[in-house]
Amino acid sequence: MASGWRVATLVDATGASTSARTLVLDVPGWAGHRAGQHVDLRLTADDGYTAVRAYSLGSSWDPAAPTRVEVTVQRVPGGEVSPYLVDDFAVGQRIEVRGPVGGWFVWEPGAGGGAPVLLLAGGSGVVPLVAMVRERRRADDRTPFRLVYSVRMPGDALFLDELTGVRRRDDGVDAHVVWTRGVPPGLADDRPPGRLTLRELARHGWPADLAPLVYVCGPTGFVEAVSRMLLVLGHDASAIRAERFGPSTT
Amino acid sequence: MSTDGPADQLTPGFRGRPRPDGVALPPGQYLERGFPVLTAGPTPHVPTDRWALTVCNEDRETWTWSWADLMALPQDEPTVDLHCVTRWSKFGTRWRGVSLDVLLADVRSSAQYALVTCYGGYTTNLPVADLLGGRAWVAHTYDDRPLHPEHGGPARLLVPHLYLWKSAKWVKEIHLVRDETRGFWERYGYHDYGDPWREQRYQGD
Ligand SMILES: Cc1cc2nc3c(=O)[nH]c(=O)nc-3n(C[C@H](O)[C@H](O)[C@H](O)COP(=O)(O)OP(=O)(O)OC[C@H]3O[C@@H](n4cnc5c(N)ncnc54)[C@H](O)[C@@H]3O)c2cc1C
Repeated sequence: MASGWRVATLVDATGASTSARTLVLDVPGWAGHRAGQHVDLRLTADDGYTAVRAYSLGSSWDPAAPTRVEVTVQRVPGGEVSPYLVDDFAVGQRIEVRGPVGGWFVWEPGAGGGAPVLLLAGGSGVVPLVAMVRERRRADDRTPFRLVYSVRMPGDALFLDELTGVRRRDDGVDAHVVWTRGVPPGLADDRPPGRLTLRELARHGWPADLAPLVYVCGPTGFVEAVSRMLLVLGHDASAIRAERFGPSTT
Repeated sequence: MSTDGPADQLTPGFRGRPRPDGVALPPGQYLERGFPVLTAGPTPHVPTDRWALTVCNEDRETWTWSWADLMALPQDEPTVDLHCVTRWSKFGTRWRGVSLDVLLADVRSSAQYALVTCYGGYTTNLPVADLLGGRAWVAHTYDDRPLHPEHGGPARLLVPHLYLWKSAKWVKEIHLVRDETRGFWERYGYHDYGDPWREQRYQGD
């Protein structure tokens, strides 16, 4: 599983927002993964120094292209690794990959006895949650999903078309976006930018009575704040799965 | 050194953090133990009772803090390395100030760029993203003492992950703007971003 490093090649890369890039890697010998898992990427400098970072798998595994994995990297200004992956790493170049990693923060059809799913994303924390939405679509599954996505401003939003816009094609997946620092022009509701509130979470999430499976992912501060709110709203702590990406920025 | 040829090289061009065993300087920098002063003009002296900081968004809405307001906000004590484009770097400098995350928390804006203006007329530009994420401060104390005017007191911007000219002394206003507007040195051909680790000294680097 997560033991060995494999040498992967970047086969495709596209801008995912003004500050993020989706990388498609070909990983020889890759044997599949589940939605919510991540990989470790290892970068090597020419003096042999290495740095390792975790990145969530954004795509569900496709048996027709079994060695392809996709990650979406958000540039953390001044970061050691992410600016390189977003700005410099070029198609055709190689990188070491280990994984898939993680077995708790995963969803597959039928999980929790088919319980409804509540996905709560902060910033790039949306990546593994979108993998779950894609897995549901790939499997033609009908589990009711709700996603609340907290993101700074329009230029930073990931997968917006797919989740809420013209490319949306998932019946039974309701997505609600919370803009924390700047709203898109011409938005119908007049909500000023600001953090997700308890009230909004109650309104756009599932009630605790429905006993949903809850996945929370994002910067540490976001995960902490949202987890506290979920408990206040009566969700069972054991139904909440969280993944922390690192320090808070929002 | 790696024995692999370029064709086999992993992540070509990746440099990584400074190594603990001493290779800690960005390219082209030397280690300085003093604290040189480089300023484009005379040093302004701004008494704290006449000091204010204003943030102005792209719709010309403003948010202003007096000195007392600034002191009442949560304070950080960052210890950071400084890199000046004039090639000195100084390690482990100790500051006290207010994080831009705190100052910008309630500011309504979707602008991507900031133009910082100062008492004395100095300006500099940088992306808003670089002001956020616990990486930028309005600093008023250096080494446990009020910041000396020649180093930017009463308060200066501190953005240590960029070359020091971005850490504008005597900060007065931060304008959040849709289109990047070049500041003082930038108009003279210095880099719009100024990452010391990528040696972005001049436009085009
Ligand atoms: C399980 C897991 C999955 C992850 N999945 C993704 C993903 O899908 N996409 C993605 O973009 N990132 C993801 N991350 C975060 C990623 O691993 C790196 O932490 C991130 O890219 C920053 O690395 P860096 O080397 O650029 O920054 P560093 O050099 O490590 O840090 C630079 C500065 O930024 C701060 N910082 C570090 N991480 C973050 C962060 N996430 N947000 C804000 N500030 C930060 C640090 O405190 C430091 O001050 C994941 C993390 C984990 C643990």
